[in-house]
Amino acid sequence: MAVKARVLVRGQGRGPLLRLTHPISFWGGVDPSDGRICDPRHPEFGVRISGSVLALPGTVGSSSSSAVMLELIREGTAPAAIILAHSDAILALGVVVAAELGMDGPPVVELAPAALAALQPGTIYVDEDGTVREEAG
Amino acid sequence: MSPGAAGVRLTPDEKEWLAGRHGEAGAMAMRVVVEAARLVGAHELVEISSAHVDGCLYHGDGGVHFAERLVDGAGRVAVPTTLNVGALDLLHPGRVRASAHAASMARRQMEAYLALGCAPTWTCAPYQAGHRPGPGEQVAWGESNAVAFANSVLGARTERYGDFLDACCAITGRAPLHGLHVEENRRARVVVDVSRISADLLDRDVFFPVFGTWLGLEAGREPSAIVGLPRSVTEDQLKALGAAGASSGAVALFHVVGVTPEAPTLDAVLGPEGSWREVVLTGADLRGALDRLSTVRVEPGDAPPIDAVAVGSPHFSWEEFQALVPLVEGRRLSAPFLVCTGRDVLHRVSESGQLDVLTRAGVEIVVDTCVVVTPILPAGGGVLMTNSGKFAHYGPSTIGYDVVYGSLAECVASAEAGVVRRDADLWR
Repeated sequence: MAVKARVLVRGQGRGPLLRLTHPISFWGGVDPSDGRICDPRHPEFGVRISGSVLALPGTVGSSSSSAVMLELIREGTAPAAIILAHSDAILALGVVVAAELGMDGPPVVELAPAALAALQPGTIYVDEDGTVREEAG
Repeated sequence: MSPGAAGVRLTPDEKEWLAGRHGEAGAMAMRVVVEAARLVGAHELVEISSAHVDGCLYHGDGGVHFAERLVDGAGRVAVPTTLNVGALDLLHPGRVRASAHAASMARRQMEAYLALGCAPTWTCAPYQAGHRPGPGEQVAWGESNAVAFANSVLGARTERYGDFLDACCAITGRAPLHGLHVEENRRARVVVDVSRISADLLDRDVFFPVFGTWLGLEAGREPSAIVGLPRSVTEDQLKALGAAGASSGAVALFHVVGVTPEAPTLDAVLGPEGSWREVVLTGADLRGALDRLSTVRVEPGDAPPIDAVAVGSPHFSWEEFQALVPLVEGRRLSAPFLVCTGRDVLHRVSESGQLDVLTRAGVEIVVDTCVVVTPILPAGGGVLMTNSGKFAHYGPSTIGYDVVYGSLAECVASAEAGVVRRDADLWR
């Protein structure tokens, strides 16, 4: 199955779907040194986001999340792609700035909450044009 | 054309920025601002009159490279710009435990922002260090509590500007015209009636971080209008409310009817019928929020040990020091008691002679930074008591401390005893 998402930051990425069940603040919520969710109050505490296609129901909190995004990219611990239920310029901007500094970051796309919820566990491919495709296997 | 490629209309002047007329840093800053405008769906930029930059805090080497790229490209802020906290206490060397690499990079990052022409305020409460844009003024502020304060208490207009974009707005003097910069987006979507809460509790400082935590979870990004708060509500109480709400749920604007500048009446901040919903705050709501602010269960009669107390998130104001000084005068605190504040406020406290009173009691002052953004508390974790909703929210994840929330007086009493001292009756 494939759906079309709105492109926030253009790019390609492939990885296992990791859908968070609760909004997250990257600052204070994700540790760039290992890509793990480090907020003990988050339901997915301890889960590693690196290399995943990260589907986020929402983001909360600090405006420092773009800096954490940049660090994830610089450390090589970023997700392979990010799918947001609600556009989040703070997170996407971290990827934009990484590009200004000559680093490749994950694509960031916005997908309606219902379509995001309908994604099935497995490998997901996000294409340049915002196509989000479930891949067999 | 995909929706993501929606165009941003630029003035001839803005196009010249992109073309490099204001240097390489100016072009890069304008590219980032325009890209941000595209990301949020803004169709044009708005001129701003001031900025508050959060990007001076070291999160890793990337932020240093970014700031130094702007400096190397001859970047210079175009509007008055204050700085949020950095990762070092520049006035008290040794206060922050950082590796030689991190300390050196953090310092480079702070210095780069000074080289861009920002003021060395190093505070998350710039509005209490003289940076107070007026009602209706368009500004670009970073730091979530400062954003909430600027919008709500001052009536200025800003969106939540994260690292990088804040500096790029300051350099170009422009921000994407969207969100809370636009009048109609500032109307309340949630009306919160607090009249069921006792007048005694509504009057107390300890109520506001708890209320803010609840508000963030209930309203999230939606602007709210609060009905039923006493007109005597203080600026520090509103600061604590916004900081807690911004931590738990991205609150960037709340109106307090009869108090804040845009809300002389409830009608003044409401859109058409059906564009808002009403919620009544209950005691049970507050107890739920209160529980979220502590990761250590404290049952009535329990007195678990604490390892430290930290207050001052957002940075402690002069008025808050006036409440703290009589509480600690003549006491000897056994647990470390750290107060995070701005250097402007510290200067005033020092001049007044109160610093000696605080020091004799065992109070330690942290400036330019704070305890949840950089390693100051002893490594290895423990239990941190605080009167700050923001410290309570972020303490467990950023520094690995368990947290106990309490009033300023409870924090002092607990620091003296070395164990939690709380008045459970307050929340019944």
